[in-house]
Amino acid sequence: MTTALLETRAVTKRFGGLTAVKTLTMKVERGALYGLIGPNGAGKTTVFNLLTGVYDPTDGDMLFEGARIEGRKPHEITRLGIARTFQNIRLFPDLSVLENVMAARHLRSRQTFADAVLGTSRHHEEEREIRARSMALLELFDLQRLADETAISLPYGSQRRLEIARALATDPQLLLLDEPAAGMNPQEALDLMRVIRRLRDEFALTILLVEHNMKVVMGVCETVHVIDYGETIAIGPPAEIQKNPKVIEAYLGGA
Amino acid sequence: MRVPTKLLATTVTIGLLVGLNYLFEHGFGDFRINAYYARILNLIGINITLAVSLNLINGLAGQFSIGHAGFMAVGGYSATFVTVYYGRAIAGLFGSSLDDAVGAAVVMLISLLTGAAAAAVAGLAVGIPSLRLRGDYLAIVTLGFSEIIRVIILNIPAVGGATGFTAAIPITNFFWIFAVAILTIVIVRNIATSTFGRVLATIRGDEIAAEAMGISTTRYKVLAFVISAALAGVAGGLSGQLFANPLNPQNLNFVRSIEIIVMIVIGGIGSITGAVFGATTLTILPEALRRLDQQFPGLRMVTYALLLILMMIFRPQGLFGRRELGWTWLRRRGPAAPAAAIK
Repeated sequence: MTTALLETRAVTKRFGGLTAVKTLTMKVERGALYGLIGPNGAGKTTVFNLLTGVYDPTDGDMLFEGARIEGRKPHEITRLGIARTFQNIRLFPDLSVLENVMAARHLRSRQTFADAVLGTSRHHEEEREIRARSMALLELFDLQRLADETAISLPYGSQRRLEIARALATDPQLLLLDEPAAGMNPQEALDLMRVIRRLRDEFALTILLVEHNMKVVMGVCETVHVIDYGETIAIGPPAEIQKNPKVIEAYLGGA
Repeated sequence: MRVPTKLLATTVTIGLLVGLNYLFEHGFGDFRINAYYARILNLIGINITLAVSLNLINGLAGQFSIGHAGFMAVGGYSATFVTVYYGRAIAGLFGSSLDDAVGAAVVMLISLLTGAAAAAVAGLAVGIPSLRLRGDYLAIVTLGFSEIIRVIILNIPAVGGATGFTAAIPITNFFWIFAVAILTIVIVRNIATSTFGRVLATIRGDEIAAEAMGISTTRYKVLAFVISAALAGVAGGLSGQLFANPLNPQNLNFVRSIEIIVMIVIGGIGSITGAVFGATTLTILPEALRRLDQQFPGLRMVTYALLLILMMIFRPQGLFGRRELGWTWLRRRGPAAPAAAIK
C-alpha cells in the first residue's frame, strides 16, 4: 500500500473550552485536488494552521510522506515541502513583486552567509538563479510586467496570484490554498481555476484548498471534505457532496 | 575577472587610506591639518560605523534595539583593556613596540578583533532570549542591558571606573577609523543586496509569512543582531583608543544609543547611504552650531533640537527614505528614465 502524501489521524485542537477541530482524519493522496469546505467558523483555517505548524495539535498525529510533522516549526515544515497562502493576504509590503518571490526562493538557495558578505562567485551565480526562477514563476501567473511594482500596490486578484507564485518558489510538493478566490471577480475566479488545474497537471503538485466560492470548489476539486464545528460531516466527490443532506443542513440550517 | 578587480579596489583603498593617514599625522610640506577638524573627521568615521551597523538590525531587520552604546562599551572596554594590559607584550612578540607603526598596527588589529568578539558574545547572550519574541521586548531588553553594562563598568577600577578608561594608549588613527567604516559599509551593503537582505526584509514585513516561506526568523534576527553588535564593538575599540577621547561610562548611556538611532532616522531608516549621511550631519551639526552659541549662548542645542523636529514633521521617512543614493538613483532621475523603465 502506498502512503498518502498527507495524512491526519484523529487530530484535535482545543482553545481552552472551544474545540476548533475535532478528531479530523484526512487522507490526501499524491496529485490530489482536495477541497476542505464548511460554514464560517467551521475550523478550516485552524486545520491549515495545524498543518503548517502555526499551532500544535492538542491530540492526534499528522504525517507528511509518512513522517510525523506535529510539533515542528513552520519554517521546518515548509522545508519539508508544504507551502501555503493566507486567507488575509500576507505579502511582504515594502518589497517589489519580484522580490517577494525571490525572498521565498531563499530556502532553496545554496549560498552561505559568508558567500554573500564576501561576494563570491557562488553568491553571484545563486542570485542569478534566484532571479531567473522567480521571474519564470511571475510569468506563469502573468505578473512579469508588474515585477518592479511594490507588492501592496497590486490589485487584489493579482496579490492573490502573487501569493501563490511566492508559495511555489519554495518548491513545495503540497500546496495549501486558503480561500484563493476570495475577493476575486467571476473572470478572475475562472482564471484561478485554470491555474490550479495547471499546477497539478504540469508541476505534479498536490493541492489542498479551503474555499467559500462553491463554483471554484465544485469545479476544481476531485474530493471534497466538509467540516462543521470542527467535525467531519462528509467526504466524497463534488457531485455527491452537493446532494448530501447533512451538508445542505450545515449550510442552510436544519428544518 | 572578479577577484582581481576586488583585489585592486582593496589595494587602492588601503593605499589611499595610508596616504591620507600620513597627511593627517605629518602634513605635507608646510601644510598641517587643523587638529580640531581632524578630530571631527575621526568622530564622523566612528559614527558612520555605529550608524551603519545599527541600521542592520533597526533598519534592515526592523527590530528596535536601543542598546548600541552598550555593545560599543563592551567592545570598546575589551579592546582598550587588551592594549593597555597586553599591548606591549603583544608588540614585543613581533619584535616591535607600541611606538612603532608595525607594532601599533598589530596591537590595534588584535584589540579590535577582541572587541568585536566580546561584543558579539554579548549580542548573542542578549539576542537569543529577546529576539524569539516579537514587538517591543528587544527595545526593553537592550536598554536594560546597556544600563547594566554601564553600571558594571563604573565598578571596575581596573578600567578606570567612573573616571573613564584614561589609561588608554592612543593608537587609533585615521587609517583604522576609515578602514573600519568602509568595511562596515561593504559588509552591510553586501548583506542588504543579497538573499539575506531579502530575508531581513521579510522579517521586517511579516514574520508569520516569513516562517511560512521556510525562513527561520529567530536565526536570522540573531545573526543580524550579533553582526551589528560586533561592529559596534569595533567602533567602541576605535573610540576608546583615540587621542584624548577615553571611554567613560557617562558617555555610554542610553542618550548615546538614542543619538545613533537619530542618525539613521534622519538619513532614512534602512538606507545605508542615509546612515552615512545622518552620521556625518549629526557629528558636524552640533560643532557648526557652536559659533551660534558664541553670540547667543544656549541657542545651540535649541537649534539642534528644532532642526530634528522640523525634519520629522516634513520628512518623517528620513532624507533618503529606504532608497540608496547612488548611480542608479541618479540615472533614474535623469532624462534617460523612460528608456530604463521600458527595459
